Amino acid sequence: MKTFTVSKAVTALMLAGLVLLPLYSQLSGNIFILTLFTRVIILALAAASLNLIMGFGGMMSFGHAAYLGIGGYAVGMLAQEGVGSGFIQFPVALAASAIYGLVIGALSLRTRGVYFIMITLAFAQMAYYVASGLARYGGDDGLTVYKRSDFSGLINLSNRTQFYYLCLGCLFAVIVLIWRIVNSRFGLVVQGLRSNEQRMQAIGFPAKRYQLVCFVISGMMCGLAGALLANNTDFISPAVMYWTRSGDLMVMVILGGMGTLFGPVMGAVVYLLLEEFLSQLTEYWALIMGPLLLLIVLFGRGGIMGLLGRLNRG
Amino acid sequence: MLLVVEQFLNGLQFGLLLFLLAAGLTLVFGIMDLVNLAHGSLYMMGAYFAATFAAWTGSFLLGALLALGATLVLGIVLEMSALRHLYGRDHLDHVLATFGLILFFNEAVRLIWGPAGLALPLPVWLTVPVPILPGIHYPAYRLAIIVVALMVALLLYLGVMRTRIGMLIRAGASNREMIGALGINIKLLYTLVFGLGAALAGLAGLMQAPILTVQIGMGENILILAFVIVVIGGIGSIRGAFIAAISVGMIDTLGRAFLPNLLRQVLSSAAASTAAPALSSMLIYLVMAIVLVVRPEGLFPANRR
Repeated sequence: MKTFTVSKAVTALMLAGLVLLPLYSQLSGNIFILTLFTRVIILALAAASLNLIMGFGGMMSFGHAAYLGIGGYAVGMLAQEGVGSGFIQFPVALAASAIYGLVIGALSLRTRGVYFIMITLAFAQMAYYVASGLARYGGDDGLTVYKRSDFSGLINLSNRTQFYYLCLGCLFAVIVLIWRIVNSRFGLVVQGLRSNEQRMQAIGFPAKRYQLVCFVISGMMCGLAGALLANNTDFISPAVMYWTRSGDLMVMVILGGMGTLFGPVMGAVVYLLLEEFLSQLTEYWALIMGPLLLLIVLFGRGGIMGLLGRLNRG
Repeated sequence: MLLVVEQFLNGLQFGLLLFLLAAGLTLVFGIMDLVNLAHGSLYMMGAYFAATFAAWTGSFLLGALLALGATLVLGIVLEMSALRHLYGRDHLDHVLATFGLILFFNEAVRLIWGPAGLALPLPVWLTVPVPILPGIHYPAYRLAIIVVALMVALLLYLGVMRTRIGMLIRAGASNREMIGALGINIKLLYTLVFGLGAALAGLAGLMQAPILTVQIGMGENILILAFVIVVIGGIGSIRGAFIAAISVGMIDTLGRAFLPNLLRQVLSSAAASTAAPALSSMLIYLVMAIVLVVRPEGLFPANRR
């Protein structure tokens, strides 16, 4: 496994770039790029979590953005109620995501295929409407988080560089965790279920239970991204759970390469930078982005990682 | 009593509108096995076309007819240029590609018609209240929607159940390879079905246009409802879509109208007014969850194996 490949080189280059970015930002005085990349990293974390169930588990969830909202609202609501400690906010965000994932997963996993895509979508939309109905917490207009999560001196989230490295650290930790999961016995069973559910069941694995656990783990990871996102924007609104957000996450995963470890990160970087670039170019950036997605689906099989893999083979 | 009848009719009208949308969706699902998120965009285009053509011609009916034709053509063009290449691909590819189409349509509408919404004014003869029961009046336009949608539903039923094309459509829904092997021009059939679905979505959009404002993204919320209906009814089943659509329309409308009062009887008035809006918008999703627990394939799954 020591062989050199183009995809490994590009991945290493990208990771090195992400680690060194605050240095560049400091030297050039470009603060915007740090803010932009903090957002990129948080959404890359969400995309990586979606990849765990979509790429490795074969569960096409179209409602993953719900966790972004749940994690974010956990932080925002607790902050509103005067609980500012991150040691409480983050565990609550994870627990809330786990409970949501458990209920939604148990119901959704009864179905498969298109039904599953649409059920997860519908439940996320339900979460969106519930958040819009929370009059005490801003309803439709959203909720301003006046104070970022307080980790009592351990790390200061209001410091841009520290917050950036916290997000990056979370992203790396999640990727390592996914790598461990995928190569564990549990992960192999889940991947086996993606390939052939009936056969796995015949061997004697309780299919739904494995998938549900995987679904919940993925949801908790995305809930973490949500808690970070609320801290990043100092604001949480139902808009982060809107179904187009879930679509964005799916696009990132596919664009980068489904079922690869670093693909979603690359997808998030490329997608969000492309969005940024196009929106500076023209106000009507989606006019280009939309057909671009169509072309990527039609011709770009395997995403960026697949492309890099083909480059290597020549 | 007045309120009950009125809300009942509102629910029926909303349900029928949802049926027009869901029928196209479920046909395209059932026959081409294509997940078309852009169905909501066709609904939106129907409304925009109607508003534009009605302003040009000065006649609501003429505008509506032209808009119907325009969405039909748009659907056929869309199928032939883009969606045709997606058949047989993974569902995920469909979701992504049509998600891209939504972005495109929303932006194109913003470019052409501007970010502000349009209004589609009704002709005077459709704005008068009509007495339906002694002492109870109902807006003529909403009544017209009910009548038109019921007629379309009946035509659709007869078309699918009693004609040769309908027979081919049903055959396509239950076994695609077989009907191709029997020498049916499956490409043409697909294009036709997609165009039909587009026209139905356009019809729903243009009929809804005078009630709501015509705006960007109007198709997206209602698309999710249409998905819920398709899931409840069972993919590919027109009958399932009809029953599910009416139920969802009724539950949603009646829930929003009467749930706050019902809750007020149980809870304190403050708690009720907080819980009611959230609960009433959750109601149909709860129904869907229950249906899925009992029948994971929907109420009337079309292709049983």
